[in-house]
Amino acid sequence: MREEWRGFSGTRWTEEINVREFIQKNYTEYLGDESFLEGPTEATDQLWGKVQELQKEERAKGGVLDMETDIVSDVDAYGAGYISEDLKDLEKIVGLQTDKPLKRAFMPYGGINMAEQACKAYGYTPNADLHHIFNTYHKTHNQGVFDAYTSEMLHARHNKIITGLPDTYGRGRIVGDYRRVALYGIDHLIDCKLNDLQHLGGGDLTEEDIRLREEVADQIKALKKMKTMAEAYGYDISNPASNAKEAVQWLYFGYLAAIKSQNGAAMSVGRVSTFLDIYIQRDLEEGTLTEKEAQELIDHFVLKLRMVKFARIASYNELFSGDPVWATLEVGGMGGDGRALVTKNDFRFLHTLENMGPAPEPNLTVLYSPRLPLNFRKYASKISIKTSSIQYENDCVMRPVWGDDYSICCCVSATETGKEMQFFGARANLAKCLLYAINGGVDEKTLQQVGPKYRPIEGDGPLDFVEVLDKYNSMMDWLAGLYVNILNLIHFMHDKYYYEAAEMALIDTNVRRTFATGIAGFSHVVDSLCAIKYAKVYPVRNEQGIVIDYRIEGDFPRYGNDDDRADNIAVWLLKTFITKISSHHTYRNSQPTTSILTITSNVVYGKNTGSMPDGRKAGEPLSPGANPAYGAEKNGLLASLNSVAKLPYEYALDGISNTQTISPGALGHNDDERRNNLVSVLDGYFYKGAHHLNVNVFGTEKLYDAMEHPEKPEYANFTIRVSGYAVKFIDLTREQQLDVIARTCHDRM
Amino acid sequence: MNTIKGNIHSIETFGSVDGPGVRFLIFLKGCHLRCRYCHNADTWEEYSADQRTTDELLEQALRYRSYWGSEGGITVSGGEPLLQIGFLTELFKKAKAKGVHTCIDTAGQPFTRDPEWFGQFEQLMQVTDLLLMDIKHIDRNKHISLTGKPNDNILDMFRYLSDTGKPVWIRYVLVPGLTDDENDLRRTGEFISQLGNVQKIDVLPYHSMGAYKWEKLGYRYTLTDTGSPSAEETDKALRLLSGKSV
Repeated sequence: MREEWRGFSGTRWTEEINVREFIQKNYTEYLGDESFLEGPTEATDQLWGKVQELQKEERAKGGVLDMETDIVSDVDAYGAGYISEDLKDLEKIVGLQTDKPLKRAFMPYGGINMAEQACKAYGYTPNADLHHIFNTYHKTHNQGVFDAYTSEMLHARHNKIITGLPDTYGRGRIVGDYRRVALYGIDHLIDCKLNDLQHLGGGDLTEEDIRLREEVADQIKALKKMKTMAEAYGYDISNPASNAKEAVQWLYFGYLAAIKSQNGAAMSVGRVSTFLDIYIQRDLEEGTLTEKEAQELIDHFVLKLRMVKFARIASYNELFSGDPVWATLEVGGMGGDGRALVTKNDFRFLHTLENMGPAPEPNLTVLYSPRLPLNFRKYASKISIKTSSIQYENDCVMRPVWGDDYSICCCVSATETGKEMQFFGARANLAKCLLYAINGGVDEKTLQQVGPKYRPIEGDGPLDFVEVLDKYNSMMDWLAGLYVNILNLIHFMHDKYYYEAAEMALIDTNVRRTFATGIAGFSHVVDSLCAIKYAKVYPVRNEQGIVIDYRIEGDFPRYGNDDDRADNIAVWLLKTFITKISSHHTYRNSQPTTSILTITSNVVYGKNTGSMPDGRKAGEPLSPGANPAYGAEKNGLLASLNSVAKLPYEYALDGISNTQTISPGALGHNDDERRNNLVSVLDGYFYKGAHHLNVNVFGTEKLYDAMEHPEKPEYANFTIRVSGYAVKFIDLTREQQLDVIARTCHDRM
Repeated sequence: MNTIKGNIHSIETFGSVDGPGVRFLIFLKGCHLRCRYCHNADTWEEYSADQRTTDELLEQALRYRSYWGSEGGITVSGGEPLLQIGFLTELFKKAKAKGVHTCIDTAGQPFTRDPEWFGQFEQLMQVTDLLLMDIKHIDRNKHISLTGKPNDNILDMFRYLSDTGKPVWIRYVLVPGLTDDENDLRRTGEFISQLGNVQKIDVLPYHSMGAYKWEKLGYRYTLTDTGSPSAEETDKALRLLSGKSV
């Protein structure tokens, strides 16, 4: 056994790359409460104070503090960088994306035009040589995609029936198993990849083999660059980490390599908490680390994750507001043997929200089970109530699918750590698709023929449910086919021009792939179909006869009230869509999945979607994720949760996002009652088989005040959960702020 | 047995401040009190278009059982739930048969020792785990001026529940100028101290958020100039009601 592995148990993980086995053999389950936790050190206070100053400056400068204009970012493109020269000795965990804090790197491989536009939008001029190089000598992902797009694809994209496609930036959603850097050291990882390469492509060398050989070769280069990067900070990461500080540092270097080389929409950190606890526990037992120092390591690591930034263009910010990077990091979860994977470190990560206050990043996710230790459930609830900064995902539905060592690779999507990657696929606007069905493929906003010219609904109504459903089915067939083709094309080009060598180097060579499609406008389709079925809906036509609005007579059941009439339609819609998607060929034999998840893009999608038969008017935001429509919930929070919980996770393995805001007064009389009641709500919801819940605890008065007085110091870090991530409320556009306020706040009179 | 239909005002699936834990709240219609601060004036009228059987209601409630944990359950509020005592008893008998924690939120106004009603009430108490009970006012005359009815039978109900050892949480709505007199609060505290079954006292600070309902129903709301008590005043009232020094 290597010296760095002293005291560790198990042998399989020493003979093969197997982090899960290492964790299972060595972690210490923690059943106690939070009383052991330590507050911030003076160094933490100083560093976090400095970062907050920089963030303030960044906001004052319109959202960007500094940008690179000369250097093309890569794993080893920069030397060492620190939060501040004066405080650099205080940084327990070092490493920045560029040479300066919050300075955004230049990343052209996703698309040179976007990289240049991002600079120009904030008043920076990129070096003209870069323009020349990436237009003349080196093609980028974006150029590849647009070279190959068909006119039908361009038309669909332009009319926003399919939106948020990763054709102008990194696709993200790939989680390297960064723990491998700490456990094995880079040299061993290189040896393993060399071994893979040696055995790859015997017999007839297929196109797929050739591609994979090239990819593994790139992975090995990336691993070597990681060593160079670490050397700049004075660390040799050739060998395994020998103590807790090194383990956190090595792991962070692995993640840093990813965010220096890729600007993916989501750059998750993964499931690292239990793993790191093993090292901390060993140091604590050896007497080389105190609890105060252990917390400081985690605080400083998290501080770095709070600083991750990418250069983005304006239209991107509209979709994903508040500068998110989805540095998603998980705590909790149950192991296959029935023990909880909860350690003291899971408490430490949540405790960073107390030591340094609320923050949107890292996107802290509790893998929840009613079987988690009660003390941990209570602590998580307490932090939710205090900070509104964490989300919950149901370990009981994910574990059977992904095993007990999965990570969340984006906002809510699971992926088995180190074994899988995902082809991220934006969203199909199923609400718009319903309008296309009614109008025979004509877009209700642009009045262009976008979909196939099927026979539209004729006459003055009322709309006939069976007829509409039949047409909707046909239109969804068309949309699903087109959507899959677009994604196949995009991911082909991304692999070709913007391959994630650093992340893939930390994933098994024999990787499994998922193909993650998504749905927007979910609740509006369900409610519209209910309105057509149970009330009378009359089309309102413009001069050309295109239906542009609807008149509704009578009441109808709505999704969000635990009413099976509506909820069964919701289940039907989800199942129908994923079945249609699955009938198509998906790139590199990936497994098709779908999600009901919109991020803050529900506002932009809504702007581009006409009036719906459920009464939603043209331009109004769609409801986010799988949330019921605004004002639809009439029977309180739990009825709404029950409706969402009916959507089977197996039809939406990419995630079903639900965001709820509860006013503190409606949760209980005092802190103790509130935290117990929130535990009850989470237990009940996840017992029902639901997948995800964002929990916000505040009243709407606070939101109004923060919107009108963003300058108040108490709102500088005021964080709220939106569909799939957390965001500083004052960083949202006013439209999005109003949208958040308009959503049902579960309150009590 | 499914003979009686209840007059339902509304349902709230997520109640967390009306009894222990997370609870399914059923608001019944009808109340004979006319409390000047009432924030549910729309529940006074007894008739409701929404009439349901106990089976229907229980089936709906049980959909939320997974959220109740070990403490939660069903709370029936109103209006005045004891006005529909037959319906309530049938509902709670069925709920108890399924092991559900049952709770009534009442002002006690219908209480009487009249044998027919009282016999029914005793049956109800056998299937009721907890009562949330209001003391509107300790003084008979002030009670009449505040609610339109005397409080003799209500105080009698408190004594009965104490004698039988039925757990009670007392709720006291603190209205500046109407229910916040220090001597009255002290007297109320003395009354409470004689009861052996009080597990908790909640002081609910008055708010005017229900006033709009009065206007909508064509009633005149008389507390338009009354503000909400401060946290200190609420705290002081709680100390007096608990028999503690101020």
